[in-house]
Amino acid sequence: MTDTFEVPIDSDSDVVVVRQHVRSHALQAKLSLVDQTKVVTAASELARNTLVYGGGGRLVIEAISNGVRRGLRLSFIDEGPGIGDVEQALTDGWSTGGGLGLGLSGSRRLMDEFDLESAPGRGTRVTVVKWVR
Amino acid sequence: MERVPILKLGDILIVSIQIDLQDQGVLALQEDLADAVVEHRARGVIIDITAVEIVDSFIGRMLSTIASISRVLDAETIVVGMRPAVAITLVELGLSLGGVRTALNLEKGVALLHSRDGVDSDTVTR
Repeated sequence: MTDTFEVPIDSDSDVVVVRQHVRSHALQAKLSLVDQTKVVTAASELARNTLVYGGGGRLVIEAISNGVRRGLRLSFIDEGPGIGDVEQALTDGWSTGGGLGLGLSGSRRLMDEFDLESAPGRGTRVTVVKWVR
Repeated sequence: MERVPILKLGDILIVSIQIDLQDQGVLALQEDLADAVVEHRARGVIIDITAVEIVDSFIGRMLSTIASISRVLDAETIVVGMRPAVAITLVELGLSLGGVRTALNLEKGVALLHSRDGVDSDTVTR
């Protein structure tokens, strides 16, 4: 781990700021243009979830390495109500907020690794990774 | 809040999204376009996303909704200029952009609307 960066997510405009920071980090990490676009899109979905469902929170951006490959890890953390049924939340089309229900399931498809930790009353932490090809 | 200008060319409305829109700005554009379609009796709406670096589910839903609203108001919506990386990402995200017609660029979008009955091409090309 060489670099950590934190972005607060407390308003609509912060979602735009998240996209900007994630794009510049994806560029620095030398991800391909398509992978940059995928990462920024996933970050936009997850930041909106943090704001709408988690009541706000923060994003931690990390440049990582597993010895062989370098990558970018994004952690979206909130102290909101949490998710009761994680399986259901990861289903395409499932939404409690009037959205399309693609935020979590779609982001999972766009990233290489996806991890969701949540429990009712204990907030939510979504961690995603994209490795440089 | 930033607002996207809506240009009128004959009976076509043209919108070019040049900034990274907040969700509120996306919703405002949706409402402004519906108003403009009625006010100008537009028969076509072209949304140029050449400068748009990502289309997430929120913007994707806005594009579908604008297409549906326009259709109800007797206008056709064409999205032009989508970047290849954006198209790849959209598909993987799971967005189908239901009911949205697309064209490669503004010129082809305008031509597509002209080829359709009802659009007054004289007014547009003059």
